[in-house]
Amino acid sequence: MNSTLLPYLPVFLFLLFAAGLGGGMVIASTLAGRRRRDEPAVDLSAYECGLKPADPEHKRYTVKFYMVAMLFILLDLEVAFLYPWAVVYRDLGWYGFWLMAVFMALLTIGFIYVWARGALEWGDGRPRRPKTAGG
Amino acid sequence: METQMFITILISVVQISIVLSLVALSVPLLILMERKVIGFMQSRIGPKRVGPSGMLQTIADGLKLLLKEDIIPDRADKWVFRLAPMIVLVPAFVAFAVVPFSGTGLNVFGQRITPWVTDLNIGILFIIAISSVGVFGIILGGWASNSKYPLLGALRSAAQMVSYEVPLGLALVGGLMWAGTASMVGIVEAQREAHLWFFIPQVVGTVIYFMAGVAETNRAPFDLAEAETELVSGFHTEYSGMRFGLYFIAEYANMLIVAAVATTMFFGGWLRPFPNVSWLAFLDIFNFILPGQWGPFMSGLMWVIIKVSCFIFLYYWIRATFPRYRYDQLMSIGWKWLLPLALANIMGTGALLLWLGQTG
Amino acid sequence: MPLIFYMLALVAVVSALMVVTRPNAVHSAMWLVLTFFAVAGLYILQGAEYIAAVQVLVYAGGIMVLFLFVIMLVNLEQVDGFVRSRMRLSGAVVLAGLMLVSVGAAFRLAGVTQVVPLPDGGLPGSLAGPGEPSLAAGNLEVVGTILLTSYLLPFELVSVVLLVAVVGAIVLARREA
Repeated sequence: MNSTLLPYLPVFLFLLFAAGLGGGMVIASTLAGRRRRDEPAVDLSAYECGLKPADPEHKRYTVKFYMVAMLFILLDLEVAFLYPWAVVYRDLGWYGFWLMAVFMALLTIGFIYVWARGALEWGDGRPRRPKTAGG
Repeated sequence: METQMFITILISVVQISIVLSLVALSVPLLILMERKVIGFMQSRIGPKRVGPSGMLQTIADGLKLLLKEDIIPDRADKWVFRLAPMIVLVPAFVAFAVVPFSGTGLNVFGQRITPWVTDLNIGILFIIAISSVGVFGIILGGWASNSKYPLLGALRSAAQMVSYEVPLGLALVGGLMWAGTASMVGIVEAQREAHLWFFIPQVVGTVIYFMAGVAETNRAPFDLAEAETELVSGFHTEYSGMRFGLYFIAEYANMLIVAAVATTMFFGGWLRPFPNVSWLAFLDIFNFILPGQWGPFMSGLMWVIIKVSCFIFLYYWIRATFPRYRYDQLMSIGWKWLLPLALANIMGTGALLLWLGQTG
Repeated sequence: MPLIFYMLALVAVVSALMVVTRPNAVHSAMWLVLTFFAVAGLYILQGAEYIAAVQVLVYAGGIMVLFLFVIMLVNLEQVDGFVRSRMRLSGAVVLAGLMLVSVGAAFRLAGVTQVVPLPDGGLPGSLAGPGEPSLAAGNLEVVGTILLTSYLLPFELVSVVLLVAVVGAIVLARREA
């Protein structure tokens, strides 16, 4: 067991304990919980206030969710690169400053591009009026 | 060697048990306080029937959840449905592994017990990384329910959480530049050495961090995921009984983590206000009440609890004050305001540190 | 130590196998997260804490979200017949074999002939050159210093790559604009 690994032993134990606590609560509830079903067909159906659930057949969503996830990953990577830079910043001085200025300038260009292309727009909340609406 | 290893593991187990029970037991208290505080702000009384002035209300609620039937909808993907709450809960708990609860440890039976479970070199990054896994559990929960409200709620929450994770991470960078370390204990020590809470040079960072933190935990006014008027209750609509309870506990555990990170990073953790002004030493009252090692330990613990409570109160205050945002407003706050501001804050902090001659 | 390595390796390999054999794409995604965690554990075993954290942050927390969004977006929860098609299966085996050979060749060319256990506490000496921070410094600090001095050009090029990726994402997703 070397010294880098040692601090992670409690983390692993913590993981086990947390999972045990969560699992224990669920198990306790299955043991103590009610098991009588008055109307199984209704109890187990999807939540639609008792109506016959409409099948979510077209499970397709706006591409914007995909865009958000994509931009998130790219910026998340930037965050990941910033952390080691931040902790050694004081040792680097102006060198570190200009280094990051270049790095950030490039990303800012990308960000401005994203903004200008309207990828950050989600509509203004008003219902869209059909184009052919008369009068 | 063998016995030393055994003792180390034993100490960890004790620490973990204490931290986990503290977190789990504080959840009923937090919910009660939330209802009381918001009731007070809205000129109501809040819960008052169970126990003296409603003190036992959330205990009763918890018991009720425990006794409820565990419904798994027949259209659900059974195993993913069962697993999803755990994927949200476990990271929320594990993040507490690196939170320092006080400054000085205790010596019990000749063994030093630290007031934190472990001190990782990548501390803050560990919390951010492990918290980011929670999003995954939310999407899975919504997907496994196989019902339209949970699915829409899950997509919304996930997009919201990833959007705010970026400003959240960036807001902490300014503080890290001041601290020069990512270790949670090291950050507080750096504030002691700098004679200043990093809140002071990092006001912008603190505000961005806390706003992003509120959004990250899906709390009002950013609680669009469970906008009950449109989505019933978001990704956990189909969940009932204790599985719903797990989501609930995870939400409060995440709020505590956001508060604990803000306390450590910006408000000096276990340090009293103005730790270098010696005539304020009386503020560490436990140093004068309790003997020996218990004094500093309890004083530190007291400050952490006070500071975390302030942030939790702020959560409730915000919830009682602001109406819920629209989804497009939410997205533009995150991407068009907080993100550029956080980037500017980093460069500003860099310039400030150079100007102050704090580098080199 | 070797025991921990073999356990993590076993988890990584088994869950990776589950990823490619599950017919349901969401189940595959869940196994993939387990793989990522096992690999993060392997990184920690190598003393690369920072890489482990980034692995969890970017892959388990970011890329998996994107995967799930895409799975829901194109509604490809059940990919029947993909695994059963013999031609695709043999194609995959050939690709995997090529991958194995090229990884082996990369190790050969780099002069790595055996895996040596790490010295106590941190990065292998070969990564921290002379005059660079001692191994006693924390992982994040070591990575930061090395990244911004010895590997400066790759670091700045990363931002160019990210820029290209941003533009690419927009172009792909908003063809109509």
